[in-house]
Amino acid sequence: MPTESENPILEMRGIGKRFPGVVALDGVDLTVHRAEVVGLIGENGAGKSTLMKILGGICQPDAGEIRIDNRPVRIHDVADAIRHGVAFIHQELNVLDNIDVAGNVFLGREPRHGVSWLIDRRRIHEQTEPYLKRLGLNVSSRTPLSRLSMAQQQLVEIAKALSLDARILIMDEPTSSLTIAETERLLELVLELQKQAVSIVYISHRLAELDHVADRVVALRDGRNAGELAHDGINHDRMVRMMVGRDIRSFYVEPTATRTAAYFRVRDIRSRAYPDSPVSFDAARGEILGFAGLVGAGRSEMAEAIFGVDGDCNGEIFLSDQKLPVRSVGDAITQGIYLVPEDRRGAGLVTEMSVRENITLPSLPQHSVSGLVRLARETETAERQRETLGIKAPSVETLVANLSGGNQQKVVLGKWLALAPKIMIFDEPTRGIDVGAKAEIYRLMRDLAAAGAVVLMISSDMEEILHVSDRVAVMHEGRITGVLERADCTEENIMQLAVGRPVAEARPPC
Amino acid sequence: MKKELGISVLLLLLCAVVAVLNPKFLSAVNLSNTANLVGMFGIFSIGAGLVIITGGIDLSVGSMFALAGVLLAMMLREWHWPWPVAALAITALPMALGVVHGVLITRLRVQAFIVTLCGLLIYRGLARFIADDTTKGFANSEGFERLRDVAKGQLFHLPSPFLILLVIAVIMWLVLHRSVYGRYLFAVGRNEEAARYSGIRTRLVIGSSYVVAGLLTGLSAILFAFYTNSISPSTHGNFYELYGIAAAVLGGCSLRGGEGSILGIVIGTTLLQVLQNLVNLLNIPSSLNFAVMGAVVLVGVLADELLTARRQKRKAALAAASREARHGTASPPAEK
Repeated sequence: MPTESENPILEMRGIGKRFPGVVALDGVDLTVHRAEVVGLIGENGAGKSTLMKILGGICQPDAGEIRIDNRPVRIHDVADAIRHGVAFIHQELNVLDNIDVAGNVFLGREPRHGVSWLIDRRRIHEQTEPYLKRLGLNVSSRTPLSRLSMAQQQLVEIAKALSLDARILIMDEPTSSLTIAETERLLELVLELQKQAVSIVYISHRLAELDHVADRVVALRDGRNAGELAHDGINHDRMVRMMVGRDIRSFYVEPTATRTAAYFRVRDIRSRAYPDSPVSFDAARGEILGFAGLVGAGRSEMAEAIFGVDGDCNGEIFLSDQKLPVRSVGDAITQGIYLVPEDRRGAGLVTEMSVRENITLPSLPQHSVSGLVRLARETETAERQRETLGIKAPSVETLVANLSGGNQQKVVLGKWLALAPKIMIFDEPTRGIDVGAKAEIYRLMRDLAAAGAVVLMISSDMEEILHVSDRVAVMHEGRITGVLERADCTEENIMQLAVGRPVAEARPPC
Repeated sequence: MKKELGISVLLLLLCAVVAVLNPKFLSAVNLSNTANLVGMFGIFSIGAGLVIITGGIDLSVGSMFALAGVLLAMMLREWHWPWPVAALAITALPMALGVVHGVLITRLRVQAFIVTLCGLLIYRGLARFIADDTTKGFANSEGFERLRDVAKGQLFHLPSPFLILLVIAVIMWLVLHRSVYGRYLFAVGRNEEAARYSGIRTRLVIGSSYVVAGLLTGLSAILFAFYTNSISPSTHGNFYELYGIAAAVLGGCSLRGGEGSILGIVIGTTLLQVLQNLVNLLNIPSSLNFAVMGAVVLVGVLADELLTARRQKRKAALAAASREARHGTASPPAEK
């Protein structure tokens, strides 16, 4: 545990940064001690990324001073940052999946045969292996990266940082695409690295993780310091208060008590990931049924099968007692079954199109007369959704690419809400979305359920699963291993089911 | 709209320069001749643009012209088909080939470049084989004068291919910029996955663009056949697919898909034809023809990239400023 008396390894003092027309950072201070894990929190746009980009040499500050080991330094570019022992693990992994592990670790610094430009293949692998061992990554350095999971690829990035002798590691939302189990492993690794005297700046929206690993939490708001918490003072509510500058009352909306009989019944559908394990479950109107499990448990694929993405899902889907044909996405949409996909930018939105065009994309025929689109009708629908969802955009003609993650997610929602959903499936609805927008999305989900829709929510965020769901179905290798009532939803029970072990309180899915 | 504006300015500038250097440019004969070429090239270029907007490409157009031209001449002169039947068959042929391309691309997942490159080779070969590598022609068009008159005639002093282009451009403008189908074309071109998750039958949309392009190619093919009047199967239509692609790209279509406009494509076509005209009128050696065209396309696209980059920078600054303004109301006044 570091003490305040010890000299800090990093001091950033009065850092200021202006972009044309905006003050991104205004006199921000950040101190990091040796072997300290500092949690950096703040809503999107608070300036966390800019501050870290300055430290990582990606952009230059307009004001302020950076001291490393008590000596003032100027970090002009990434190479400078590396020279000072600063390494940056970006949220989106910067790995090349067409070359092997060793090639990634030593990219740009490949050991060569003498002065030639031929890669010394023996040495590059020899030098990589120790780092993999140190991180507990049990793969050969010759493995092509495309065969590794997201979590493993991230470890490769960390190996790269270690091979650069990084003493200050910046991790930007490192768990945003990891499963619950992988997240636990990563958090352990963070503590392990700390023991090895590495200092870590850890950016995350998942406050429980910071509770777990951070020695100190520093909050930014609107480009300024918004307070910090020492180890003993770290808790969820205080962190939220620092970030948003006020209490978010009822962050999670409690479920209403009444639940009707099974309305949406899924029988023996098979997804492309697990064609041999049919999935069945029931859900009632007015409930939010959470789907927990490890990544790769087949949750997203199940959702896609219900949504008709893979064509005929082989199983049967009933709404009240009526069997529905779902052989294509078009069928699902006709029946009022909608999916808010995990990959928002890839599958949820056409980001180079406007808010209006995105919202009406699935319902264009309703917005057209004899094949020609009626702009006025589209605008009307889009404006209505913008209002009800509180989409923060200058106008409905704004390109979706220019919106924040939370507002983009609202546009995806708007697409479907314009069509009065009966079944709404959310796949990782708040990934990468800041606290304020998260609360709004939870409220919208609850409103949707209250209006009589069935809401299915796939999430790898344990907090979200525990607090938002009325019931939780846990999946393991393509099967639902059990369903937990709200009262029985504990992290413990969910983890047990997620790894395929039975739990006494769990019930069968239907 | 800005893209069209930029290239229009370029076109007007070019016209002005040519007109000053050689007043013959503005003569009725020259203008009519240029309009005729713009018409023929514009019609199939719109098809090429449509395919490009979906993120695809069609390289087989030039060879289709040869195959269609040879067949049209043989149908009319050797097999003595009634001209409406022959015209219909020649329009249907590239559409059918478009269906084949579409199926290969969307169902069997072969890349459009490869499918249509193979088409380029196959149809050229077929054209030469069917014609026995001899030139086919229409002689004095006995028995199908009506078709010839439609293809080569004039109305209000305008060559009919140009008028046909105008009609097609208006229809295609409605299709691309006002219809549900057009919106889907842009959506699949920009993000096929998101379009599929919105319930759009993306494979049908992409595949059909090759069929529509086929239809326009078929119409152009008839006009080109009568324009040259003698179709040499080894050279007829050579490189025409590249004229189409160049026109579309000059007109603002992005080969990444999801971008482009009918107006842009028409202006792009016009620009290319004026360039050809310039080479002739200014006594530039015609061997330099392609080089001039290539250079202009390159400059046009580069200029557009630079302008886009500048525009985006400005937009980012504006967005940042508005974010600042919003934040300003939420928190105590900052410096400034």
